[in-house]
Amino acid sequence: MYKIVRKSELAPKIKLFEVAAPDIAAKANPGQFVIVKTCENGERVPITLVNADTKKGTITFVFNEVGKTTRQLGLLNEGDSILNVCGPLGNPSEIEKFGTVLCVGGGVMIAPMLFQVSAMRKAGNKVITVIGARIKDLLFFENEMKALSDEFYVATDDGSKGYKGLDFLKEILAKQKIDRVVAMGPVVMLKIVSEMTKPLGIKTIVTLTPIMVDGMGMCGACRVTVAGKTKFGCVDGPEFDGHQVDFEELVQRQRMFLPEERLAALFHERIGGINVVKCEG
Amino acid sequence: MSNAKAEQPKCPQDRWHAVEMPKQDPKVRAHNFDEVALGYTEEQALTEAARCISCPKPGCVQNCPVELEIPAFIKLVKEKKFDEAIRKVKEKNSLPAICGRVCPQEEQCQKTCVMGKKGQSVSIGRLERFLADREMQKGVTAPQLPSPTGKKVAIVGAGPAGLTAAADLAKLGHRVSVFEALHLAGGVLVYGIPEFRLPKRIVQAEVDYIKKLGAEVRTDALVGRLFTIDELFKQGFDAVFIGTGAGLPQFMGIPGENLGGIYSANEFLIRVNLMKSYLFPEWDTPIRVGKHVAVIGGGNVAMDSARCALRLGAEEVCIVYRRSREELPAREEEILNAEEEGIVCKFLAAPLRYIGDKSGWVKEMECIAMELGPPDESGRRRPVAMKGSEFIMSVDTVVVAIGRTPNPIIQRTTKGLETTKYGTIVVKEETGQTSLEGVYAGGDIVTGEATVISAMGAGKKAAKSIHKYLMKV
Repeated sequence: MYKIVRKSELAPKIKLFEVAAPDIAAKANPGQFVIVKTCENGERVPITLVNADTKKGTITFVFNEVGKTTRQLGLLNEGDSILNVCGPLGNPSEIEKFGTVLCVGGGVMIAPMLFQVSAMRKAGNKVITVIGARIKDLLFFENEMKALSDEFYVATDDGSKGYKGLDFLKEILAKQKIDRVVAMGPVVMLKIVSEMTKPLGIKTIVTLTPIMVDGMGMCGACRVTVAGKTKFGCVDGPEFDGHQVDFEELVQRQRMFLPEERLAALFHERIGGINVVKCEG
Repeated sequence: MSNAKAEQPKCPQDRWHAVEMPKQDPKVRAHNFDEVALGYTEEQALTEAARCISCPKPGCVQNCPVELEIPAFIKLVKEKKFDEAIRKVKEKNSLPAICGRVCPQEEQCQKTCVMGKKGQSVSIGRLERFLADREMQKGVTAPQLPSPTGKKVAIVGAGPAGLTAAADLAKLGHRVSVFEALHLAGGVLVYGIPEFRLPKRIVQAEVDYIKKLGAEVRTDALVGRLFTIDELFKQGFDAVFIGTGAGLPQFMGIPGENLGGIYSANEFLIRVNLMKSYLFPEWDTPIRVGKHVAVIGGGNVAMDSARCALRLGAEEVCIVYRRSREELPAREEEILNAEEEGIVCKFLAAPLRYIGDKSGWVKEMECIAMELGPPDESGRRRPVAMKGSEFIMSVDTVVVAIGRTPNPIIQRTTKGLETTKYGTIVVKEETGQTSLEGVYAGGDIVTGEATVISAMGAGKKAAKSIHKYLMKV
């Protein structure tokens, strides 16, 4: 059991948990994830880490309440415990002094980008950070990102705050020499960013979030095609060269269980009460 | 136990015939996940035990990887001393309810049974299961343990090898901690073997027994990532046993393999067995099985996958195997069970590519017919593709069950640990010791994918060596 020591709501339905897990905290690095399971009959859900505090012995992660499990997770409060937290899983991000690094975080993945931005900064890079969301209400960590970045930009799909869409990235990329781009967010965003940087020959690392079950290389649910070869998101990734990823296949594979996910959410809504009680045991 | 109607077992006409074990009717069981084989009654067990002639030089014992004293425990069954009989079994085997169900006895103890020369061998596995189930119903008590040695052993992986090593070392008075990466202990017994062949409550009960012996089981702990082997020694462990198994799925690397509806057998079985997706949506993890399922491969894992697919509502489940029936590596009993349930086999065929629909879901599989050439290094005749024999099969679900490879994480994160080109860990045959002092290994991580009982045998052997090593240190 892993105790929640801090809970906060960063934006509607986007919640942050700081969880006591000293062994995981001691080993966790930016780019890695944990597998969380909330109850005996629950599913195993991968969530990218946002921070690891070795002194406090805690790890932090952020999730968006979109499906049954994340909603159930959102019902837990400070002082409650999570049944299973397994990690750190996946390979740590490559963090070194590259020169100028452009960090693009979108949606709920703005959160783990903070871990990355902070590490890139510590490694001595000039950090340009861009965060984006559908609408301005879904933006968060603006102050934290600003404080750690040499340049900081905001974008929304509807233009309700900052730039509208990601077209402005072209100007940023044209304005100065950028040595590396890292992107975390929805697949469509990763694809847009990768397509922009490819003609410029700027190495672009994207964090992929395929469906996973065990998260440690056993099932292959998370397989992605990179440079024409099948890789496992969990043990070969989750970060890959954005110029080599087959994004269309990734989107198709992410949608494999959409009808079932909807059914589970509906089931949880209608008779969720029973389920939640059962899960507290 | 199941409410389903059981088939009436045939009575033995003479001592050369074994007492059949009652099973669920194939038509009924093809639609449920309850256990297929229902176990002997006391009367059946006594009748079967009476067939053992207690040979002075028993072939069965020699052929048992854990050297179970088979004639001795069967003699106790004959005398109706069931409590003593299970104690006798447990002297050598800490997981009898599991072994009684999933050991390939026909290849081991029962293969060399003297009764088998003229008739059918004594059903050793069924008797073992009878005793273990009977004890479980009564409530299992742990034996008296020796005083603690003060030595600590870390076991990496709570599968058959690790659990056996843990039990033996705990019985010798060592403090044992078992590290399991998944959220449940049992390894392949919980994620691989289906409920209808090995109910998970049985595995849980065996794990509980090992806990009763004093072993600590720590789940969610992926050694290699969370702690390295070096760090385990720094934490105060005096020896380490690695039993991390062969859990990585293999794919064929043919076009279209990443289409929707194509699962590795591991993913398919993990979803169904570990995550209980047959109970979705009460259990959260989904699985989708269409009407026409193809399972690629011919081992026990292929049989298990096919039988799960049938139970999940498939109209037709076809095993596609590149050799012929004779070469099927699955246990004969499992092949018969699968056939009885209506699984069909397409022999001498192999997939070439998968074809998807607009949404990226598999709809067809192009195969090629094979013929058998001269034997290969495995001794089985090598399948050779027949030019121009390509054909199309309509499928909407495919399970790729062509074998599993060793888990690589310990090998990658442990300096100085000698491995083979296949990624298995090199050990000394007699002791199970690796290239590192105090580090032992056994099971699939050493041999590559094999059986539960051979992993248990390796766990047992390593436990003996670890004990020797610790008491000398």
